[in-house]
Amino acid sequence: MPRIKPEDLAKIQETMAKTMSLRAGQARAKITVHMGTCGIAAGARKIVSAVMALLEQREEKDIILTTSGCAGLCSREPMMTVEIEGQAPVKYVDLDEAKIERIFRDHVLGGTVVTDHALAVGSERRG
Amino acid sequence: MKPYRMHLMLCGGTGCVSNKAFKVREALEKELGRHGLQEEVAVVITGCNGFCAQGPVMVVQPDQVFYQLLTEKDIPHLVEEHFLKGRPVERLMFTPPGEESPVPKMSDIGFFAKQRLIALRNRGLIDPEKIDEYIGRGGYTALAKALTAMAPEEIIAEVKKAGLRGRGGAGFPTGLKWELCRKAAGSVKHLVCNGDEGDPGAFMDRSIIESDPHSVLEGMIIGARAIGASLGYVYIRNEYPLALKRLIKAIDQAREYGLLGDDILGTGFRFDISVRRGAGAFVCGEETSLLASLQGLPPEPRVRPPFPVESGIHGEPTNINNVETWATVPEIISRGADWFAGIGTETSKGTKVFSLVGKVRNTGLVEVPMGITLREIVFDIGGGIPDDKEFKAVQTGGPSGGCIPTALLDLPIDYEKLAEVGSMMGSGGLIVMDEDTCMVDLARYFLEFLNEESCGKCTACREGIEIMCGMLTRICEGDGKEGDIELLEELARAVKDASLCGLGATAPNPVLTTIRYFRDEYEAHIRDKSCPAGVCKALFHYKIDPETCNACGACKKQCPYDAIEGEKKVVHKIDLDKCTTCGACYDACNFDAVKKVPNAEQAVVA
Repeated sequence: MPRIKPEDLAKIQETMAKTMSLRAGQARAKITVHMGTCGIAAGARKIVSAVMALLEQREEKDIILTTSGCAGLCSREPMMTVEIEGQAPVKYVDLDEAKIERIFRDHVLGGTVVTDHALAVGSERRG
Repeated sequence: MKPYRMHLMLCGGTGCVSNKAFKVREALEKELGRHGLQEEVAVVITGCNGFCAQGPVMVVQPDQVFYQLLTEKDIPHLVEEHFLKGRPVERLMFTPPGEESPVPKMSDIGFFAKQRLIALRNRGLIDPEKIDEYIGRGGYTALAKALTAMAPEEIIAEVKKAGLRGRGGAGFPTGLKWELCRKAAGSVKHLVCNGDEGDPGAFMDRSIIESDPHSVLEGMIIGARAIGASLGYVYIRNEYPLALKRLIKAIDQAREYGLLGDDILGTGFRFDISVRRGAGAFVCGEETSLLASLQGLPPEPRVRPPFPVESGIHGEPTNINNVETWATVPEIISRGADWFAGIGTETSKGTKVFSLVGKVRNTGLVEVPMGITLREIVFDIGGGIPDDKEFKAVQTGGPSGGCIPTALLDLPIDYEKLAEVGSMMGSGGLIVMDEDTCMVDLARYFLEFLNEESCGKCTACREGIEIMCGMLTRICEGDGKEGDIELLEELARAVKDASLCGLGATAPNPVLTTIRYFRDEYEAHIRDKSCPAGVCKALFHYKIDPETCNACGACKKQCPYDAIEGEKKVVHKIDLDKCTTCGACYDACNFDAVKKVPNAEQAVVA
């Protein structure tokens, strides 16, 4: 990778906006599985595998799957955030493989939030 | 307070800020000024209200008009039409989909509502193993600004003005420390990140390094520029394998991009970071022991002065700061000192990350503005005590801190206020306790830990802690004597006075604060040979309540000592001659019939 100059930071930001934010129109949905030590200890790796398996079954490639670090509420791990274009992100908690199937089918594909397993919509105050 | 006729509630949450909400604010203030409306219409930055994908969002009060997807270009028209002429702009309004969402908003959830993320600004949003995602959220722009648009002295002035104090626990003003290091004699200077985090139950630093390692690196490079350091080290405890892995990967990626090494960002500035692992010693959290360990010497503190900023690694000026302190620096440079100083209290600016653990419903990592009360943290954010138990105390500052009882729950979190009540901020561990915690046993637990971890250099710490620990153990076993409390207090003063480093100097705090606020428990242990919380096995016994027992036999089945008599339909009874107070019956009973009676009867302690 080439060494960057200050001007390159803005260029990288723009490129990343397409994959990190759904507003730029490249994907329809984004799933983030939280993998800090708390998440991993609670079984987040199985959750990621489960989501990957579900994605493999589909033809369209319009869903982003990514991971992040700890989301803060360690006692409710494994946690996952689902964001559909045009809607606020939803945080799901206390997950297992069975719940993932339902959330994927009903929310990610169907567009309906699974209220049984959802903690909250939106995100936190930063700055 | 001036009576504004209109409030513009502009969202300052993640989604909106990354879509330039602050630019919208600037445009609003400019246009309001242009029309002379600034005394009538106030712009207020709020927390996230959930509609992030439609951001920047703004609610106009008292009209209750909700605007969305705002850009700077929209503002002149909006200000003129709605705020000056009173005609809301339909084109910019939000049309709610079908129905109200049944899922609460993040800003309605107790755990998240009162938090304000600065050190944890990227939490949950980036893959820590991808540097581009960190840059995607604005990472390294503070570094670019510091290297290209600010002189080192200006960087220091900004950090001083912000009022940032060390987040490792002692709270020394960071800008001042940097200035002292910059001014110290010598051309080779070092920078260290203290990632030892030894307090039991604390995981703030682990989480920052695991989830956002670049925030720490960026802070360190900015600090190196300010101080004039060329060599940096992250000292991280070996017990954090995931954090270590992500940190090393982040450093490699930063080097590839030319953000570390020679000619950083093409500015000619040179700085690199190497990683050093700890080897399981709590004392290495103390800066001079850390420096010794980092240089391959046995970890023992030394006399100060000279302080590390004058003489540290190889006798050269060395600036040490905590992980969280470093992670906060880029935001101060990006958003400015005034923004940071606007948060918190008079003496304690900004936010603090706490690991909220123990007997509390919502355990996890919380970042809150200084000045928030303990009550808000435990009950609003933490969700209160589970199982309807009573709150008893909260321990802050780990083994160096103290416990704070119910009466002081409205204490605002602040370096000075916590010290006034006998505790300290510490690195951020917040352990909540309920009625089932024995405060004498707690003091014993912390002293046992410190006894193991004392390096042994100072007699007062080495011998004093061991003696205090022995006394507390005896008290918990029922061998407390009249005069023990006073002797503990006297020993505590000696250990505090004659210890070279913070470990010894603060070791007596758990004992002193538990005596200060829970003296009655000590007296119960010593005089009455009784443990009111039902923890010290020698000082309580189990008894089956004949009113509640329904003779199901579950306890009898579990008892490893055959100490329970009873038949079907006959109320069960514990034979105290055989009972060892193991608690198996207490755990087995589904009817709450096994009670703890706080007095030592003739139970055989195995």
